[in-house]
Amino acid sequence: MSAETKKKTMKLTLPEEELMSPGHLACQGCGATMAMRYMLKGLGQKTIVCIPACCWAVIDGPFPHSSLGIPIFHCAFEAAASTASGVKAGLEMVGDNETTVLAWAGDGGTFDIGLQALSGAAERNDDIIYVCYDNEAYMNTGIQRSSATPYGAWTTTTPVKHFKNRPKKDIVAIMAAHRIPYIATASVAYPEDLVKKAKKAKETRGTKFLHIWAPCPTGWKSRPEDTVKLARMVVQNGIFPLYEIENGETYKMTIKVAEKKPITDYVRLQGRFRHLKEDDLKVMQDEVDRKWASLQKKLI
Amino acid sequence: MKKFKPTKKIVFASEKEMPMTPMSLGSMLYNLTGAWRNIKPVIDKAACIQCGICWKYCPDTSIYIEDEFPVIDYDYCKGCGICAEECPSKCIAMVEEEK
Repeated sequence: MSAETKKKTMKLTLPEEELMSPGHLACQGCGATMAMRYMLKGLGQKTIVCIPACCWAVIDGPFPHSSLGIPIFHCAFEAAASTASGVKAGLEMVGDNETTVLAWAGDGGTFDIGLQALSGAAERNDDIIYVCYDNEAYMNTGIQRSSATPYGAWTTTTPVKHFKNRPKKDIVAIMAAHRIPYIATASVAYPEDLVKKAKKAKETRGTKFLHIWAPCPTGWKSRPEDTVKLARMVVQNGIFPLYEIENGETYKMTIKVAEKKPITDYVRLQGRFRHLKEDDLKVMQDEVDRKWASLQKKLI
Repeated sequence: MKKFKPTKKIVFASEKEMPMTPMSLGSMLYNLTGAWRNIKPVIDKAACIQCGICWKYCPDTSIYIEDEFPVIDYDYCKGCGICAEECPSKCIAMVEEEK
């Protein structure tokens, strides 16, 4: 750069504070680490995170090292929500009402194993933020099917000949039925939106639930550089619309999609859908259209 | 925003040195994940429009800002290529690593 060139200042759209340090053990192009980075940018230093068995239990690093600049509580697989409730109760006991308690679970720890603890915490309306970062299978233990795995996907327990023939569980509808104060969906391709939702969740009292879409190149058999592209495509083609729900009733779209795209491009980027034929794709598309239509009815 | 400095790995000589409860004593910065890389991103400063998108999407926090320009921290960059893919001016090239 020559001296006479006008010096431009960078305008960054996210908070500058970095609570996640490099050197962590995530795969190349991991969506879950991006989700954690944005979430902590939104919540700030005064946070305690409870992590059950999930990818992040490994990514964080072995004892006595940690890649997060905040306290972490490693807990049992099914107990993320109840551990977070306990930590919050303990903090209130010693008079600390400021610290945010975050439960950070994968889709296995939310959709399958941790569902009853989450339901219990939501029913008691404990003041915690529960985040499910969704990579659509048990990626940490070797890509086994979970109830978050979509129709048609290959996993090691649903091989190509017997691919999963049931649609994904609608966790957001389950949480909305608990009528908790705040529920939101977010994607790592829209970090500004994610940080905004994290800040809103921090200010709301009661149980907050965030469902974050975090692509997994290892388990989805996609290229690592396509992580952000895939996370953007799901929003644009209506598989994972970004919206928030207040008190289980008021639905609001946060990223508006002008024209819903077909799912073909998204499916063709991933090796886990490679075996699907046109008929199977049509089943997937119909399911997406049905969910999209039912969401449009709920929006105000 | 600033470059992270590598730290030393904590090694206990015996179990007597260990804390009574398992807790974090240091960061993962000792783990130089740059060794995982096959291809490395190289930024062409002349074509950079300083949008900060590469910094925003880096999953390894290994892009920092120096003199209003993004700089890649090769100590930790795992070479996933998200920055090159998402760069709007296409000024980041993925170059094969020489050993």
